[in-house]
Amino acid sequence: MSIGFWLLQSLNALALGGLLFLLSSGFSLIFGLMRVANLSHGAYFMLGAYVGLSVLQAGFGFIEAILAAGVVIAVLGGLIERFLLRRLANRTLAQVLVTLGLAFAIADICLMLWSGDPMQLPAPRWLSQPIRAFGFVFPGYRVFVVEVSIVVAILLWLLIERTKLGAMVRASVDDIQMARGVGIPAQKLFSFIFCLGAALAGMGGVLGGPILSVYPGLDGEMLPLALVVVILGGIGSIGGAFVGAYITGFVYTFGQTLLPAFSYVILFLPMIVVLAFRPSGLFGKSAP
Amino acid sequence: MLNRRQFALGIAAVAGASGAIKGAAAQTGPIRVGFLTVNSGALAAGGRQLEEGIKLFLKQRDNKIGGRPVELIIADTAGQPANTRTKAQELIERNNVHVIIGPLAAFEALAINDYIQQVGIPTISDSAAAEDLTQRKLNPWFVRAVSSSAQPAHALADYAAKTLKYKKIAIVADDFAFGHEISAGFQRVFEENGGKVLQKLWSPLNVADYGSYITQIDRSADAVLANFAGANGLRFIKQYNEYGLSGTIPLLGHMTTIDEGILKNMGDEAKGVVSTGWYSAAIDTPANKEFVTACRAEYKADPGYYTLGAYLSGMFLEEAVKKVNGNVEDKTALMKALRNIDLKDTPAGPIKIDEYGNPTMNIYIRKVETVDGRLMNKVIHTYPSVSQFWTYDPKTFLQSPVYAREWAVKG
Repeated sequence: MSIGFWLLQSLNALALGGLLFLLSSGFSLIFGLMRVANLSHGAYFMLGAYVGLSVLQAGFGFIEAILAAGVVIAVLGGLIERFLLRRLANRTLAQVLVTLGLAFAIADICLMLWSGDPMQLPAPRWLSQPIRAFGFVFPGYRVFVVEVSIVVAILLWLLIERTKLGAMVRASVDDIQMARGVGIPAQKLFSFIFCLGAALAGMGGVLGGPILSVYPGLDGEMLPLALVVVILGGIGSIGGAFVGAYITGFVYTFGQTLLPAFSYVILFLPMIVVLAFRPSGLFGKSAP
Repeated sequence: MLNRRQFALGIAAVAGASGAIKGAAAQTGPIRVGFLTVNSGALAAGGRQLEEGIKLFLKQRDNKIGGRPVELIIADTAGQPANTRTKAQELIERNNVHVIIGPLAAFEALAINDYIQQVGIPTISDSAAAEDLTQRKLNPWFVRAVSSSAQPAHALADYAAKTLKYKKIAIVADDFAFGHEISAGFQRVFEENGGKVLQKLWSPLNVADYGSYITQIDRSADAVLANFAGANGLRFIKQYNEYGLSGTIPLLGHMTTIDEGILKNMGDEAKGVVSTGWYSAAIDTPANKEFVTACRAEYKADPGYYTLGAYLSGMFLEEAVKKVNGNVEDKTALMKALRNIDLKDTPAGPIKIDEYGNPTMNIYIRKVETVDGRLMNKVIHTYPSVSQFWTYDPKTFLQSPVYAREWAVKG
């Protein structure tokens, strides 16, 4: 296997990792803050991709499609949080069932609105040209996805670590009772983070579209990957989601290549190993 | 003592018998057709096209077959074998259907194969291609309106070796029975004609990204054969282009890799792909032109695998109903007529059912080109009357195990 092979596979791994980060950072934030395992997160990702597709088909550009999907999914997430999940605070099983039911409902609505035909979500021409360098051909769009995910990671990190809002989020993740006690408006914070997480998933769907295409079932394929990333990286930690996403991207890509018969086992193996030694994930805080 | 399964079967038999009596009393009533399809989940696009095919067929005949009105009862299996079994039972016992058309997926068909045999209900497969349904798991109550999995693959291998003069092929395929069967069928004929399959890459059905597989493709291959179903062909071909391979190594495909159902959502990257199948919307015959025009008028789309699969099932049923003079209550006679279908002029060309219940039909080698301002699978070569056994003797063919993931040429 040549140098080119390893380089290309590494790029594939990075691009997949980038997508997984966009998908799971929101999931991780929501779970860390609100203790809601939002099983409709994969459906947000798919719905975002479909919304982006419609915006593109209406003649707008790729950036507009990403923004529109972010806004639409954020609003949807906000409504779901306000009118469904808020009533179910601290009832884990009910939350799981409701979010799972919502995932099915969203999937069926997508089927009705966009038919079941698999669709291509075209990347703009300026992004989709193959990049030729050092005698190799790199798919240009994947390089772009990696860049975007790094920028988003930095922005999120700044938001969480360097702003007052972030400090409140961190405080609430650590000890929600105490945070409420010192006057942090937890409810508003919940709504904000839920919208932000949903928007990230929706935008991730549009960004992933040119690589993954959009088709019924995309939601169910992405959700387990998000779970693996979040459990691996540690719940509620942006850094953990980032590292977890790239580890999963590499394990998934190289696992499929080098040990194709075991690709699924390999995907879950790091998660099991990490859980065995650090039950709260690589970057998660140990349970109190 | 009866165990639960036997008890359930007993109930089913009683219900079946009473259904037959009721049926005989209502000879002038409608022909009840149970239609198993998929309305939700990943297979829903194919399911919708199946429905469109049968509905168009019935609409063109004012909802009558052989002078009798038709009651079409559509059941959604959700693409799950256990569900398919329940729905089939419901159709037979509660709706008293005379015939079943469907189901969509091979694993669904295998899930009800024993049941339809026990109950004895004529079943027309409008989509499920699994080899053994008409080979090693023969069911006298089953007839297929579409080809077996590898039937078109044999022909493509012949074409690749003899006409395109390819020597080395790399295969990328869905890692499930359909992908295994077409890949093995291709490999057998291709290697017997002096070619060599360099590698077979199996990607999981729900793989997130084909990048890591495309990177592994042996660049010394003369061509890459992509064997996919559902949305995967669309995704693969797009990424193949993204990696700059489209202009470098020619792409071959199975019928479903580049079916009309997904071709309409593809772009220039699909141009030039050579594929094999028992149909193409671009077949230049009056029968097909009429069919394509009707589909475009009704659904604004070209017909493909599923649309025609269901439409052909309708044609099969019509032919058989005429043979039995409308007496669909005589299931044995109806089934016999179905197993002896010999249609001279369908949109896919002439079709004759072989003694195993599988159609002997034309296999078309197609190439994607722009026709009438849209991408179409233009026919570049026709193999007339191809059997599921290709040129092999059926008896010898059936002695070797069914095409599988690990298939190597012997002798």
